[in-house]
Amino acid sequence: MSEQATALKVIVFSLLDEEYAIPVSQVRSIEKVQHITRVPRTEPYVKGVINLRGVVTPIIDLRTRFGMPETDYSDSTRIIIVATEDVEVGVVVDTANDVMDISMDTIEPPPEIVGSVEIEYLEGVAKLDKRLLILLNLDKVLNPDRVSKIEG
Amino acid sequence: MEMDQYLEVFIEESKEHLQACNEHLLHLEKEPENITIVNEIFRSAHTLKGMAATMGYEDLASLTHQMENVLDAIRNMKIEVTPSILDVVFKAVDYLEEMIFSIADGGDGKKDVTDVVLLLKKIESGEHNTELNTSTTVEMNAESKHPAAKANYDDFELTVIQQSTEQGFNCYEITISLVDDCLLKAARVFMVFEVLEQVGEIIKSIPSVDQLEEEQFQNEFTVTLLSMESAEHIEKRIMKVSEIDKVVVQYFYSKETTSQPKELIQAQAEVAPALVEKVEHEKTEKETNHAPKSNSKNGSNHKTIRVNIERLDILMNLFEELVIDRGRLEQISKDLNHSELNETVERMSRISGDLQNIILNMRMVPVETVFNRFPRMVRQLARDLNKKIDLQIIGAETELDRTVIDEIGDPLVHLLRNALDHGIETPDVRLQSGKSEAGTVILRAYHSGNHVFIEIEDDGAGISRDKVIQKAINKGLVTAKGGESLTDSQVFDFIFSSGFSTAEKVSGVSGRGVGLDVVKNTIEALGGTITIQSEIGKGSMFSIQLPLTLSIISVLLVEVQNEKYAIPLSSIIETAIIKKSDILHAHNQKVIDFRGKVVPLVDLKEIFEVPISNEEDDYLSIVIVKKGDKSAGLIVDSFIGQQEIVLKSLGNYLSNVFAISGATILGDGQVALIIDCNALIK
Repeated sequence: MSEQATALKVIVFSLLDEEYAIPVSQVRSIEKVQHITRVPRTEPYVKGVINLRGVVTPIIDLRTRFGMPETDYSDSTRIIIVATEDVEVGVVVDTANDVMDISMDTIEPPPEIVGSVEIEYLEGVAKLDKRLLILLNLDKVLNPDRVSKIEG
Repeated sequence: MEMDQYLEVFIEESKEHLQACNEHLLHLEKEPENITIVNEIFRSAHTLKGMAATMGYEDLASLTHQMENVLDAIRNMKIEVTPSILDVVFKAVDYLEEMIFSIADGGDGKKDVTDVVLLLKKIESGEHNTELNTSTTVEMNAESKHPAAKANYDDFELTVIQQSTEQGFNCYEITISLVDDCLLKAARVFMVFEVLEQVGEIIKSIPSVDQLEEEQFQNEFTVTLLSMESAEHIEKRIMKVSEIDKVVVQYFYSKETTSQPKELIQAQAEVAPALVEKVEHEKTEKETNHAPKSNSKNGSNHKTIRVNIERLDILMNLFEELVIDRGRLEQISKDLNHSELNETVERMSRISGDLQNIILNMRMVPVETVFNRFPRMVRQLARDLNKKIDLQIIGAETELDRTVIDEIGDPLVHLLRNALDHGIETPDVRLQSGKSEAGTVILRAYHSGNHVFIEIEDDGAGISRDKVIQKAINKGLVTAKGGESLTDSQVFDFIFSSGFSTAEKVSGVSGRGVGLDVVKNTIEALGGTITIQSEIGKGSMFSIQLPLTLSIISVLLVEVQNEKYAIPLSSIIETAIIKKSDILHAHNQKVIDFRGKVVPLVDLKEIFEVPISNEEDDYLSIVIVKKGDKSAGLIVDSFIGQQEIVLKSLGNYLSNVFAISGATILGDGQVALIIDCNALIK
C-alpha cells in the first residue's frame, strides 16, 4: 500500500456495539427515523418505504440483514440514505454520528472469522487506537440476489 | 458555432415539411390533375431547400432542388403525374428524411443520392415519359468520328444545351466502349456516370438510363455532357474507370433551334438555367436565405410556440408536489375546522384543479403525429404485397399523453402490418368471396371515460378460432377440453403468446410469431390492454385501451387493518358490504353471488400478510374490481374515500412486488401502496 497520502473519508455508524464504516461518496444523507410503510411480500430485511422529500425510498434494516436480533427504534436510530449505481436505499442503523478520515495503511483485509456479519459484505477492517471499524461493501449488502438465507 | 441554435428549429421544421410533402403526394396520386397540390409540394420543397442551403447541407439542398425541378415541370404541365413518377419523388422524399434523421442524430446529412437524382433528372428531361414536342433531329458537325453517336435531341434539350453554351459550358457527346468481356456492365456504366457527374451535367444518354441499367446495350453507349472541363480531362477521368475500352469525346454544336411557340421557350428557359445554375448557385443561396424565412411559413391557423419537452416535465413534477401539499392542506383544514381557512383552501383547490387540467392537457398530443406516417407505409406495403388497401383514419385529433405517444407507434405499426399481411386477402381471393377488390383497414381513435381507445379494424379473412386452439394445444398452452370452454376473446388472446403464429409461411413482413407478444407487453407497460374480436371470413378488430394520463389518477383509499392502500378507480366496478354468511365456497375458493354473477373473493389481509390487530366483524367491506370481463371482490376493513393522487414509482430496488403497481404520498405525508388489481384477478 502507498505510504500516507490517500485517506478514505467515511461515515461511521454502529450496529449492536460494533462500528461500521462506509465511504462518504456513497452516502446521500442521514435522516431521523420516520414512519415506514410496510411493503408486503418482500425480503424480511426490507422494512418498507418512506417518503423522502417526495421520493418513495425503500428502507433496509441492517440488523435484520446481518442476522442480528431486531430491536425497537430509539432516539438515536438513524436512516442513512445510500446510493449505488442505480438505486437509492435507506439503511436503518443504531447510531450514526461520526465522519472520519481513515488512512489507507490502517486498512487490512477482513479476518476469516465467523462473526455476526457474513464475510462477503466486508471490504476490510480499519484499526484505529482501540477501535475497529468494519468497512462494508455496499453493493453486496444491497444486492438482493446475493442474499444468503438468514433464517430468523 | 452559431448554427447550433438553429439546428433544432431546422430539424423540426424540416420534418414538418417532409411530412406535408408525403401527405400531399398521396393526395396528388388520387387527384393527378390538381395543380394546387403540386404548388403546395413545390412550396414545401422550396422552403426545405432554402433552409438546407442556409445550414450548409449541400446534399440535401441539391436533392431538393432536383425534386423542385420535377415538380415545376409537373405544374407547368410538361410532365404528367403517373404512379411511377410519384414513386421516384417518394423515394427522393425518403432520402431527404433519412438525411434529416442523420443530421438529428448528429451526422452531417451527406448521402449518396445519385440514383434518385438520376431518375429525377430523367423525369425532368422527359425521358421518363414521352410527352414533349416531336424531337428535332440535329445535324452533327462535320468531323463526326462516330456515325452511331447521332443523338436525337428534342427542343427542350436543345434549349438547355444552347443556354449552357452561352454560359460558357461545353457540350460534349462522349461515346464510351466497355471491354468485351466486361461482366457487370451496369456497374461500369454507373461508375462512368459518377465520374461524369463530378465534372458536369449529363443531359442525355443513348441508350436511355433505364436500358443501361438493364444492360440492354452491347458495349457502347453515348452520353451528352455539359461541362466546363476540357475534353482531354474528361477523357482521362473516364479512362480511369476499369474495364473501359475506348472513350471518344466530341464537341457538340447545336444548330439554331427552329422557331417554337413562345410560351414553351419561356418555360424551358426557366428550367434550363436552373439546371445549369445549380452548380454555381449552391454557394450564393446560402447568403440569400435567412432562417426567418422558414419561420414565417409556420402557422397554419393557430399560434403555437415550441416548448422544450424537458420544461414541461419539470412543470409537471413541480405540479405533482403541489398536489401533495394541497391534499395535506385539505386534511389540516378539515382537522382545524377554521372557516376562513376552509374557504381559502377550497378556493385554492379549485384553482389548482383547473391548473392541473391545463398542465395535463399540455402534455397531450394528438395521435395524428403517430398516425400520419401510416398512409405512406400502407401504400408501400400494399404495393409490396400486391394487395389493394383502402386505409381510413378516424379520430386522429384524439389526444394522448406525450409519453404514451412515444411508445404506441411501434405496436401500431406491427398491428397494421399484420392486418395487411394476414388479414386482408389478395384482390382475386376477395373478388371470389364476393368482397370488394380493395380491402378496408380502419384505424380509429376515440376517448371514453378515463381511457383512450385505438382500434384497428379490417374486413379481411378473420381469425380462425379452431386454428388458434389447435396451435395452442400443440404448444401446450391449453388442453382440448379447456379450449372448448373458452370464449372467442380468450382464444384469440393466445395469439399474443410469444412464438405463436398461425401463418403458414413467414413473409418478409410478418409471420415469425415474434411481434405480437412484444406489442402486448408494450401496451400493458403503458397501463393499457389489448383485445381481439374476429369473425372468420368477415374480418378482425384489434382494440387497444390506454389510460388518459399516466401520473395523476383517481383512487379509492381503503384500510386493511392498520395499513392504507389505494385502488385505482378505473378498475373498480362497485363497492359493497356483505354479511359473512353470504360467503359461499366453490372449490376451496371463497365466492359471493354478486348481482347474479359468481365473484371470487380475495382477502387482502392474507395476500399482503398484514399484521392483524383488529378482530373481524360480521360485515365485510368488499371492493369489486374488474379486468376485462373477469372480476373479483377484494376484502378490506373499511373504505376511507376517493382521492386524486400522484402515482410514484417504487424505484429500481423494489420493482417486482406482487400486486403492487406503485406508491403515492398521502395528505399526511405517509406513503400508501397502490394495488395492481390485474395481478389479483386470475
